[in-house]
Amino acid sequence: MSEFLTKSRARNVFYGGSIFFVVVFVALTAQSHRHIVDKATAGMPLTDEVVLGKHVWERNSCINCHTLHGEGAYFAPEVGNVMTRWGVLDDPEMAYEMLDSWMQAQPSGIEGRRQMPHFEITEEEMRGLAEFLRWADQTDTQNWPPNDAG
Amino acid sequence: MKYQSQKVAYAYFLAAMALFGIQVLGGLLLGWIYVSPNTLSEVLPFNIVRMIHTNALIVWLLLGFFGAAYYLVPEESEREIFSVKLAYIQLAILVVGTLGAVGSYLVGIHGGREFLEQPLWVKFGILVAAVIFLVNVSLTFLAGRKTAITNILMMGLWLLCLLWVFAFINPDNLSLDKMYWWMVVHLWVEATWELVMAAILGFLMLKLTGVDREVIEKWLYVIVATALFSGILGTGHHFYWIGTPGYWQWIGSIFSTFEVVPFFAMMSFAFVMVWKGRKNHPNKAALLWSLGSSTVAFFGAGVWGFLHTLHGVNFYTHGTQITAAHGHLAFYGAYVALNLAMFTYAMPILRGRDPYNQVLNMAAFWLMTGGMAFMTFTLTFAGTIQTHMQRIVGDYFMDVQDQLGLFYLMRFGSGIAVVLGALLFIYSMLVVRREVVKPGPVAVPGE
Repeated sequence: MSEFLTKSRARNVFYGGSIFFVVVFVALTAQSHRHIVDKATAGMPLTDEVVLGKHVWERNSCINCHTLHGEGAYFAPEVGNVMTRWGVLDDPEMAYEMLDSWMQAQPSGIEGRRQMPHFEITEEEMRGLAEFLRWADQTDTQNWPPNDAG
Repeated sequence: MKYQSQKVAYAYFLAAMALFGIQVLGGLLLGWIYVSPNTLSEVLPFNIVRMIHTNALIVWLLLGFFGAAYYLVPEESEREIFSVKLAYIQLAILVVGTLGAVGSYLVGIHGGREFLEQPLWVKFGILVAAVIFLVNVSLTFLAGRKTAITNILMMGLWLLCLLWVFAFINPDNLSLDKMYWWMVVHLWVEATWELVMAAILGFLMLKLTGVDREVIEKWLYVIVATALFSGILGTGHHFYWIGTPGYWQWIGSIFSTFEVVPFFAMMSFAFVMVWKGRKNHPNKAALLWSLGSSTVAFFGAGVWGFLHTLHGVNFYTHGTQITAAHGHLAFYGAYVALNLAMFTYAMPILRGRDPYNQVLNMAAFWLMTGGMAFMTFTLTFAGTIQTHMQRIVGDYFMDVQDQLGLFYLMRFGSGIAVVLGALLFIYSMLVVRREVVKPGPVAVPGE
């Protein structure tokens, strides 16, 4: 090995190979970008309300307890399919009411139970959050999660 | 210490160790909230503590890398750092930014992309600090002797700083947001940070074992080649279920399987160099941390990563405690232990004394490593049960979690061991001023 693989050869393989894989990766990323916009998330329009909901989701750092499409903390339930679980995926008004009444009831204060904090969220923002979760639920996630439990 | 300006590393290591303490204490509190969920639930909710735990980890590891660069670039380049003043300004920005981030998390001001929750001004601060750093080490590097170790280190640091740009890109489309988010998260820990890790490990092997530089540097290029060849397309294992195309299931599975290779190579490298080396370096603790780091990285990042990386497996395990188990052992082995190896090696030199208190330091290694291993096992068992109950049977999340209490209790116990180990490590580095356990006489070779 030492005869054939000199240091400069190893270095050149490293640089050349890395550039090759970067190029492939960039091309696939560009194709994936188009796929997401045109196909995977085309099930429901990305309205201002959905975007507002995403900002509410971020401002309250929901990801640091929940998971969304399986990413996040693992302390609280998956919410990428919560609207399916609640049976309100196609009903914006019911989706809002379910979400609002759930969040108003927090924290439950039950001893020995994980506590969701109380968040100051206006009605408009709560509607946005419900729409955002309905939007996320309609993403083509290759049939993940395996069942409604999330 | 050959060059006066290497001294700046000392300040970086101190700041890193302080944040390390905060990180593990935050982790301990989180472990306790799992056991007793009402703890501080109204004052300091889980999500806030978790941000502090993860952010403190990332920043202290980066401070450790920066410090390591300021230590080893002068020695490799054979000259003083371009500007010591800039190095201290960079540190000051990072410390102010970190304190500012923690303070704002405590009063509820934060973003909501996982690990990138820092307020915008802190993100800019990090950017400015990164630019200062790159200018400072690059000018030192360019003016001096170039070695494979500094080549690879510089490449890793440049790329990781450039990838920070993706922290500012947050598309409204959640799936796009997630895809670009991984350009920081995955391409840091499974690509560019591996370059930094390999370079630092190579430097430590050079110093501790006395093996010929030519041999070490050839190994290094082979290791980092396998790291990038597997790690770049290995990003695909995060693109299975977030709205990205189905072909990533095959690309991700195949390439992330090869992500085991660089970690196996780094472990083999470390052991072979120690075997070949003839130098009897007095700093045994640094050697233990170096070997331990590469070994635990192989198990945490390599074996535990492979455990759930094939898409057919990941379909069921994605986002369970299996992920948490892997995350904890991988970060500990690859980056925490490596940084502690560098601190252990460099601190006595920076303070101008013999490597005292190696026994305390080595005890800290076994406490922390044992604790992390136990934590990984308990979380793996919890994750296996969770996967079965939730993903196969279809029981609801909280019903499943209620069945995992025993594992979370044991995890908390292992967390205590880790915190004690971390505090003992910091104590052995900074406080004790004499040898606690006297070494025996030089041994007669065995028969």
